[in-house]
Amino acid sequence: MLSKKNPLDMLFASITAISSFAVILLIAGILFVLVHESWPAIERFGIVKFFFDTDWNPVTESFGAATNVYGTFITTTLSIIIAIPIAIGIAIFVTEISPDFLKGPIGGAIELLAAIPSIIYGMWGLFTLSPIMSGLIEPFLKTITQDIPIISALFAGPPMGIDLLTASVILSIMIIPFTASISRDSFRLTPEVVKESAYALGATKWEVIKHIVIPYAKLGVFGGVVLSLGRALGETMAVAFVLGNNHRITSSLLDAAATITVTLANEFAEADKDIYLASLFYLALVLFVLSFITLAIAKFFLLKAERKYSR
Amino acid sequence: MKKILAAALVMTLMVTFSLVQAADTLNGAGATFPYPVYSAWAYEYNKITGVKLNYQSIGSGGGQRQITDRTVDFGASDDPLMPEQLQKDRLLQFPAVIGGVVPVVNIAGIKDGQLKLDSESLSRIFLGEIKLWDDAAIIKLNPGIKLPHREITVVYRSDGSGTTAIYTNYLSEVSAAWKSKVGAGKAVKYPVGIGAKGNEGVANYVKRTANSIGYVEFAYAKQNKLVYTQLKNKAGQFITPSFKTFENAAETADFNPTKDFFVWLTNAPGKNAWPIAGATFILLAKEKTGSNKKVAMFFAWAFKNGDAKAKELVYIPLPKSLKAKVEQYWKANGIN
Repeated sequence: MLSKKNPLDMLFASITAISSFAVILLIAGILFVLVHESWPAIERFGIVKFFFDTDWNPVTESFGAATNVYGTFITTTLSIIIAIPIAIGIAIFVTEISPDFLKGPIGGAIELLAAIPSIIYGMWGLFTLSPIMSGLIEPFLKTITQDIPIISALFAGPPMGIDLLTASVILSIMIIPFTASISRDSFRLTPEVVKESAYALGATKWEVIKHIVIPYAKLGVFGGVVLSLGRALGETMAVAFVLGNNHRITSSLLDAAATITVTLANEFAEADKDIYLASLFYLALVLFVLSFITLAIAKFFLLKAERKYSR
Repeated sequence: MKKILAAALVMTLMVTFSLVQAADTLNGAGATFPYPVYSAWAYEYNKITGVKLNYQSIGSGGGQRQITDRTVDFGASDDPLMPEQLQKDRLLQFPAVIGGVVPVVNIAGIKDGQLKLDSESLSRIFLGEIKLWDDAAIIKLNPGIKLPHREITVVYRSDGSGTTAIYTNYLSEVSAAWKSKVGAGKAVKYPVGIGAKGNEGVANYVKRTANSIGYVEFAYAKQNKLVYTQLKNKAGQFITPSFKTFENAAETADFNPTKDFFVWLTNAPGKNAWPIAGATFILLAKEKTGSNKKVAMFFAWAFKNGDAKAKELVYIPLPKSLKAKVEQYWKANGIN
C-alpha cells in the first residue's frame, strides 16, 4: 500500500495513473482522428451504403468497403480454420503427451514463430510459398475436388499463387503461436485432481483429454482463438504481397482479393484526391470498429472462463 | 537518473545543432520513383558544396500535400499538376528526370524486343478482349513468329503508383474503349489479371508465370532481364525501348513553360519516340524565393553534372533543350 504522506509515493502513484489514462486518451484520440479524417467520405457515402457497396474505383471516385470487408472476412476465417486444429494439437502435445525434455524446445520454437516480423512472412510468401502453392498444392486441390459439385467452385480458375488461399495459409502460420500458447495455458488450468481421478477410474489418455481437459479449457481456448482472430484481422504486410489487391468479390479461393489492411498498405501513399484519402481513413475506421468488437468478445469469454475456474 | 539527464541533454543539444544546421539542408518529400537518382546527386552535391538534401520518399500524393502545406522546401511528384491547380496552391512546377514504362512478356521462345505490339492490341489485351497469344490481331503484327495457343495472364501493379498512372494515361490516350471502361490514375480497376505489389512484384510474377504480360519501369526490365516488347508509336514506327527512344520522346513532347510543363510524356509524336514515358516533377512554393533558389541551384548543378549518374541508374536525363527551358522558367519566376 502506498502511503499518502510520502511525496515520492505520491509522485509514483500519479505517474502510473497518468500513464494508464494516457492509453485511454490515445485510443479516444485515434478514434477521433479516424472519424474526423474520414468525415468527407462518411458524408458522401453514408454508413450502410459504404459497408455494402462493392465498387472501389479511384478513377470514378466511387468507394465502398464491401470487397475489403469480404476479403478480410474470408482470409481471417480460413486462417482460423487451418490454424485451430494445429494449434490445439500442439497445445495437447505439449501439456499432456510430450516428455518433459521436449517441452522447452517446442515452446521456444512456437514463441520464436511469433517473433518473426510480418514483412519476413510477406517476402517468404511471395518468393517461396506462392510458387509452391501455384505449382503443387493448388493444382492438387483442383484435381481432387474437380468432380465434387460445390467444392470445385472454391478452386476454380488458374492456380496463380496470389490468392485468398495463399494469404490464409500465411496468416494461419502467423496466428498458430498465439492460439497454441493460450490453449496450452488453458489446458494447464485443468485441476490435476480431476485428471488423476479420471485415470484412477481407468480412463485412457485420449478419454481424459476428450472428456476432462478440453471441456475445462473450452472457454479459454475460445478466447485465444478470438484474440488470434484480432491479430489476423489487422495483419498487413504478410498478406499484402500475396493477395493481389483485387477489389472483387469472388467465389473461388484461387482468386486475388483485397483486405482492408492490404488496401490501406497499397493505396495510402499514392492517394491523390481528398475523397480517396477520406475513404481510406473510413476503411481504417471500419477495421478499428471490427477489431474492437472482436476483442470485446474475446475479453468476455476469457472473463467468463476465469470466473468459472476461480469458483 | 544522472545517466538519463545526460542523455536528455545530449538529445537537446543534437536537436539544437540540427536546427542550426538546417540552414544548409534542403528538405524535400514525395515520389519514390526518382529517389535513387536524387540521393545519388545529393551525395555528390554535398561533397562539393556541403549542402545536404533530406529527401523523404513518401509517395507523390504525400509530396503534393506537404508542399501545399509548406512543410518542405520542395515536393516531388510523378504526375504533373494542372496549371490551374498550381495557380490555386501558389506552386511552381518543373521536370527533373525522365523514366519509361515498358510492357514485359514471358512467352517461351520469344526473345528481347522480338514481339511487336501496337496500341490497339496492347489495350485490348489489358481489357481482356484479346485472350490468347495467337490472336489474329497479334499474329498480324508478328508475321513469321510462332505464338502459342495459350491464354494470356495479365499482371498489373496492385499498389497505387506513378508507373500505373503513366501506363493508364497512355492506354486512355490511345484507346477510347480503355478511357471509358477503365480510365487513368495511379490505381485503377483493372478488368482482368492479377495484381502484384511494386515493380519487383510485377517483375517476379512475369518471370515466373508462363504466357504472362505486365508493365514495369524500364530500369526494372533491364535489371531483372525481362523480355520487353516493341511498340508502335504515334508516327507508326515500331520502337524498342532505349535511352535514345526515351530521349526522342522527351525532345518532341510539348513541354510548355507557360503551362508549368504540364504534359504526359505518352504517345509523343517523334519518329523514334517510345510512346510510354513520363517526367517526374519538382514542386516549389511560389513565395519561398530563398529556399527556391537553393533548390534550383541543386537541380542546375544536377542538370549540368548529373547525366552520367542518372544513366547509370537507368534514368533518362532531360534533353538539352528542355533543361534550357527549365532554367528560363526559373528566371521568369524570380528564382536565380
